[in-house]
Amino acid sequence: MDSIPLFQMEKVSKRYGGVHALEKADLTVEAGRIHAILGENGAGKSTLIKIMAGVVMPDEGRMLMKDQEMSFSSPAAAVRQGVACIFQELSLIPDLSVADNIMITDPPKRFGLIDRRKQRLIAMDALARAGAEDIHPAALVGDLPLSRRQLVEIAKALARDPKILILDEATSALTAADVEKVFAVLRRLRNEGMALLFISHRMNEITELADTCTVFRNGRNVATYEAGSRSENEVVEMMIGRHYSHVFPPKPRAAAIARRPALECRTLSWDNRLKNISLSVRPGEIVGLGGLDGQGQRELLLAIFGVLRGMDGDIFVDGQRVSINSPSAAKVQSLGMALIPEDRKTEGLMLPMSVRDNLSFAALDMLSVRGIIDSQAERQANEDMLRLLAVKTDGLNGPVSALSGGNQQKVVIAKWLMRKPGIILLNDPTRGIDVGTKQEIYQLLRRLAEQGAAILYYSTDYDELIGCCDRVLVLYDGTIKGEFAGNELNEHALVASALNVDHDMGRTRIEGPSS
Amino acid sequence: MTEWRYWLAEQRGTLIALGIFIFMFAIYITNHPAGLTPNVAQTASNKATLLALVAMAQALVVITAGIDLSIGSIFVLTNCLASWLVQGTPAETAFGIVLVLSVGLLCGTVNGLIVLFGRLQPIVATIGTGAVYFGIALMLRPLPGGSVNETLADAMTGKLLGVVPTSLVFLLAIVLLIWVPFSRSVAGRAAYAAGSSEQSAYMSGVPIRRGKLAAYALSGLLAGTGGLFLTFFTYSGEASTASASTYTLFSIAAVVLGGVSLYGGKGSIIGAIFGAFAFRTIGDLMFVFDLDALWQPLFQGVILLAAISFGSIGLLRVRNRLEWFR
Amino acid sequence: MSEALPMRTVKRIPKFLRRADPAILTAFGCIVALIIVGSVYSPSFLSTDYLLQQLKVASFLGVIATGMMLVILLGQIDLSVPWVVAGGAMMACAATAYGPVAAALAIPFGIFCGTAFGTLNGFGVAYLRIPSMIVTLATNAVAQGLMVVYTGGFAPRDSATNAMRYLATGALVPGVPNAVVVWALVGAGMVFMLTKTRFGRAVYGIGNRERAAYLSGVNTRRVVLIAFAISGGLSALGGVLLAGYASKAAQAMGDAYLLPAIAAVVLGGTSILGGKGSYLGTVAGVILITLLQSILSVIQMPEAGRQIIYGVVIISMLLLYGRTPSKG
Repeated sequence: MDSIPLFQMEKVSKRYGGVHALEKADLTVEAGRIHAILGENGAGKSTLIKIMAGVVMPDEGRMLMKDQEMSFSSPAAAVRQGVACIFQELSLIPDLSVADNIMITDPPKRFGLIDRRKQRLIAMDALARAGAEDIHPAALVGDLPLSRRQLVEIAKALARDPKILILDEATSALTAADVEKVFAVLRRLRNEGMALLFISHRMNEITELADTCTVFRNGRNVATYEAGSRSENEVVEMMIGRHYSHVFPPKPRAAAIARRPALECRTLSWDNRLKNISLSVRPGEIVGLGGLDGQGQRELLLAIFGVLRGMDGDIFVDGQRVSINSPSAAKVQSLGMALIPEDRKTEGLMLPMSVRDNLSFAALDMLSVRGIIDSQAERQANEDMLRLLAVKTDGLNGPVSALSGGNQQKVVIAKWLMRKPGIILLNDPTRGIDVGTKQEIYQLLRRLAEQGAAILYYSTDYDELIGCCDRVLVLYDGTIKGEFAGNELNEHALVASALNVDHDMGRTRIEGPSS
Repeated sequence: MTEWRYWLAEQRGTLIALGIFIFMFAIYITNHPAGLTPNVAQTASNKATLLALVAMAQALVVITAGIDLSIGSIFVLTNCLASWLVQGTPAETAFGIVLVLSVGLLCGTVNGLIVLFGRLQPIVATIGTGAVYFGIALMLRPLPGGSVNETLADAMTGKLLGVVPTSLVFLLAIVLLIWVPFSRSVAGRAAYAAGSSEQSAYMSGVPIRRGKLAAYALSGLLAGTGGLFLTFFTYSGEASTASASTYTLFSIAAVVLGGVSLYGGKGSIIGAIFGAFAFRTIGDLMFVFDLDALWQPLFQGVILLAAISFGSIGLLRVRNRLEWFR
Repeated sequence: MSEALPMRTVKRIPKFLRRADPAILTAFGCIVALIIVGSVYSPSFLSTDYLLQQLKVASFLGVIATGMMLVILLGQIDLSVPWVVAGGAMMACAATAYGPVAAALAIPFGIFCGTAFGTLNGFGVAYLRIPSMIVTLATNAVAQGLMVVYTGGFAPRDSATNAMRYLATGALVPGVPNAVVVWALVGAGMVFMLTKTRFGRAVYGIGNRERAAYLSGVNTRRVVLIAFAISGGLSALGGVLLAGYASKAAQAMGDAYLLPAIAAVVLGGTSILGGKGSYLGTVAGVILITLLQSILSVIQMPEAGRQIIYGVVIISMLLLYGRTPSKG
């Protein structure tokens, strides 16, 4: 092809702290094609589109639009250049109507005021183009179900008349019927000459829709091929073929089998996001939770920890049926649960508070007499924990926000280890932290298991699950789709199971697995 | 016709406020010894209009997810100013009115500038500006007094064609002249968007600052209108701490009753009007029931408490306890 | 070498100053400046009598601001101060009408009533999750209603008990007004609670990030409830002291304390968004506001000018250090 491509990205890199999210990535987008981007969690896909949409600026590299070099300083600038993006996190304003939202940036005006009638017509047109004629332009966005909101988001992007439309997991909340409609719309847009960049975790969608595919791995584009020219197995191989950079502690022989489980869940269901989940974790065992992000793993951990209301099913601790209705009930000595939450900045730590206050916050009941804190005991306990986890800090009195990400995560873990928990639930604790700290966490988890803790470990990194866990359960759409241990526990099996490729039963109805 | 269903959904808060008001007012009127005569309507409307104007002012700021504790002070300040300026020949009176309203607008703009560019929390910023405005009011009227163009005052607080209370027409005019254009402007929509979800508004490239500043400025203007109307009502100006703080607190109550969410983004000025009407009627109910007027504040308080507790029923639907903490 | 110099300069500053919050330093600096300016006007400003008198006046606001601070640390606000102050005062005075035993219990009864109102606030905020601004406003209205019904709308006839008068105006330690002692005790209790107890840590934790505090297994709802109850109790105690000072309760006696209490807390460096602030700052804020009011009245500044200066001081001090961080 000798024609100039619509959009080109050359040697673009982006770093967050010490972590390379993108490293010298190239991408060429042609008009009139649907281009799918593939890659496992953390391969750099999100960063790529954030750069294209003007949300983040690249550290190096350049972008060309029709051979003109350009840079997007804000989302609005990207829109002006003809790049519209539909993000996973919705950018809609819940208290405004659909029409208002679709025409939020540049409404039609009459006498200086918004021309509602005209706005409505344009909105209806955009909704029709998005295949969502049934959404009333006067409806409040906040009153629509998640799947309808996704369609409004698509209509909003279309109303801006983009040259390139980026869809980041835009179908994740859609029902099967809506997906068909959206696909028809996307194909029509392609035929009209628009370039579409499509990111999805669902292999079958990609097979069905894409013209071109690019696979990303570790922040680089590793392969670009015509859709249909590779088998699913080959694609999975390309996505995972990465070098093992971590050293994991040796796993013990399966000695724990005979023992009674420390934690057992039977037929847990909640709000259509957890469906009939049964699992057990024995003392000394690390059980991994795998699967694509947002398939119910987070909800499962929260459910066990007593955060979710209206849950069906039973939880047993040491063989006793328990009903836990708050984290404060879950952490009592007799149950001994601990949860390392997903987001350390908003759920794990009180960032402006000191290292000391954060470290002892969850264990103050054990460090105080009649509500009065024994500062001697507290200092002792804090210092023990700092030493145990080798937290690098200037002292206990500085704000925890001054620590590096890895050390902050260590504080989150330490604050729970202070309670000497018997059941430890971890929600992706190594996300966004440096390799060295990751290694330390792996060692620590194994050591805790050896001391008799039962560990349930959700990670978005398949390497970790394979290297760290004795067993891995893969979740898909709120149910356990597979269980892998021993030799069966390998990356190919995990990825295939997470994508639900091996036993693809067609598209099931998926209502909002991402929270 | 599904059309009106969406309209209903959008106006839910306003309509509930209207419902409460009609219900209360029906009780009031049926038990009033004189029934619904033009005179009864006139008195009720005049008192309610004062609170309605202040509540509208508060609503504008609350829609942006802010709060204005200086509303009462602007109200009192413009009252004192009007008691000096709004008199004499028609031309002088008109000039006085323009000046009074400009001062209201200026006060609101100052609030907005401090909140937006000083990056202060609205609640503390307006405590400070409120003290300043009240101080200026005291300077203008250390003692109650002054006067107003009585012809105009009587006309504004009287009846049109002997039936319709002028104050109601006045309110309607304000809704048409200020609210309707504002709510349909880009700035007005930005105010809603910023109040509803500042993050999403930013992502969508909404002019957040312009919207918020406009809301604060118009809020000052409406509070100034309220002060002007107070002068028509009392023929004088008074820098009273009691009326400044009462009107500030009542304006918040009226806004909440009027279906305007304190979290921002929801509700309308019209809801605030009905909220104010309802709140006033609750207060007046006591008189028609021949109960001791002493019970009025308690009755008002209990109804308010009940109304807001009722609003927390939605809590029962929360299934993830983390959603308690936003 | 280049790093050594600033290190040494830092070391020369005493430790407590280095650790101190700039807001508190500014507030104390302003206090000193006010005293100096006042003493230029009249040397009596430096007399112990005058300063003790100011402390006494400050102690009423101090007690009320203590409760307000606790609530603000949670990221909430208590707008029910006006009528909880008045209610506490009136109920304490009312107890005198029911014989000597009741009179002896007047002070605890007044505080109890305030605590009850505070509990109502706390229940609404913590369990019904209504914004504190509305709940406390409604509670204020209810308290006002109850008091109006009780007093018949007139100035209450009951006068303060001797114990109340003694508490507000007497001097157990010669030269030191009892009101100041009461404030000191309340303040000491608060400092202890905030720094040494689980409850205090939980308050800061909730103010910073309620979600994280909840996931750490803190019963956040109970903490919020108790904090509001304490705030109500302290408002009522402030009312009891005021009634003792004036020998009786009055209808709108609490109105003048709501905004100064919030201002004192915020001027002392406590973030209105919660989670950050020390009691020392609140002390500084209370003294600063009291002194400012006093000096303005001594130099015969009319009320109008006082209000304006008062407002300008609040705004400009907040602009100096109370700004929310920009979002970048």
